[in-house]
Amino acid sequence: MKKRSGLGKDLTIHFMPYSEIAGEDTISRIKKIMGLILEGKIIILQGRLKPEEETKLIEHTMTLVGNIKGFQGIEIAAISGGENKNLFNRVRYNIARILIGEQDAVTIIGPATLVKEIKRNPKKIELMLEGR
Amino acid sequence: MVIKIIKNFARRIFFALLRRKGEIKLGFYGPPNAGKTSLANRICKDWMGEELGKVSKIPHETREVQFKEEVEIEKDGKKLKFKLIDTPGIATKIDFENFMKFGLKKKEAQKRAKEATHGIIESIKWLDDVNAVIIVLDSSMNPYSQVNVTIIGNLVAREIPILIVANKIDLKKASTKKVAVAFPEYNVVGISAKTGKGMDEFYEELFSFVRKVG
Repeated sequence: MKKRSGLGKDLTIHFMPYSEIAGEDTISRIKKIMGLILEGKIIILQGRLKPEEETKLIEHTMTLVGNIKGFQGIEIAAISGGENKNLFNRVRYNIARILIGEQDAVTIIGPATLVKEIKRNPKKIELMLEGR
Repeated sequence: MVIKIIKNFARRIFFALLRRKGEIKLGFYGPPNAGKTSLANRICKDWMGEELGKVSKIPHETREVQFKEEVEIEKDGKKLKFKLIDTPGIATKIDFENFMKFGLKKKEAQKRAKEATHGIIESIKWLDDVNAVIIVLDSSMNPYSQVNVTIIGNLVAREIPILIVANKIDLKKASTKKVAVAFPEYNVVGISAKTGKGMDEFYEELFSFVRKVG
């Protein structure tokens, strides 16, 4: 059954604090994110998903491409405070990450129909939007 | 610490047993159009005399996982046997209209897009079944894409050893160094699967990579 997504409305950026997903399991996190994406929103998430959650998100995205009218997938990029640290700081950072989660990271996720490209390098993320 | 040592020891024995039985399952992963099948073809041609799959300039040419059982390579009298698993490129978006830019008709493009989405899901599922991975990246592109980070993150979480190949070094914009800087924790070898440049170094790296596995 073809469903219609909320894509094509005004541009909305949804800031999601880490606390909003901290207590959720993988499926609930992905459902929450995909719900917002299908409403045509760009999400700025405080923190980042686990690698296995990112692959689940891609899998889920791929099951929706072709089944929801106008939905072509997502653009996603994460930038983390843990990159380019020396060994001592990396150990400290990893301990903190285990205790409180990777909250100093930022993840941007948006529908591919809105977000043309997210250019990422270790220090910055650039969001390129589709011409509207 | 002790648990980690025991875990590593168990892993080494496990891989040593696999290696003895010739059951190393070497997965080729990466984004679309990085040259995974070109590299697989080059290896198969070099050592078995036949290619594995079709390659194309149109992204998502490989839409199903392809295998070559018992690939055996030899160097300085030593032999290495593995099952080669070439996977479809992993992407986060598929737009059939992009395929039409390469001359495909609408229906063909839509069919290709549908198959590509299935291929991506299949690739991800195969992460559970490989025990060593070659990540193939296009060295003329930005290596910091989230797909690359996600694939590597998943392999690290599963403790699967990784060798990174910076492909397409024959292109003007190519930079093996850029790839190596992006992934400093891994060995990166620059090659051109198309011309064969760097393949000797690649085979050398492959031997020491698999030795590390064991």
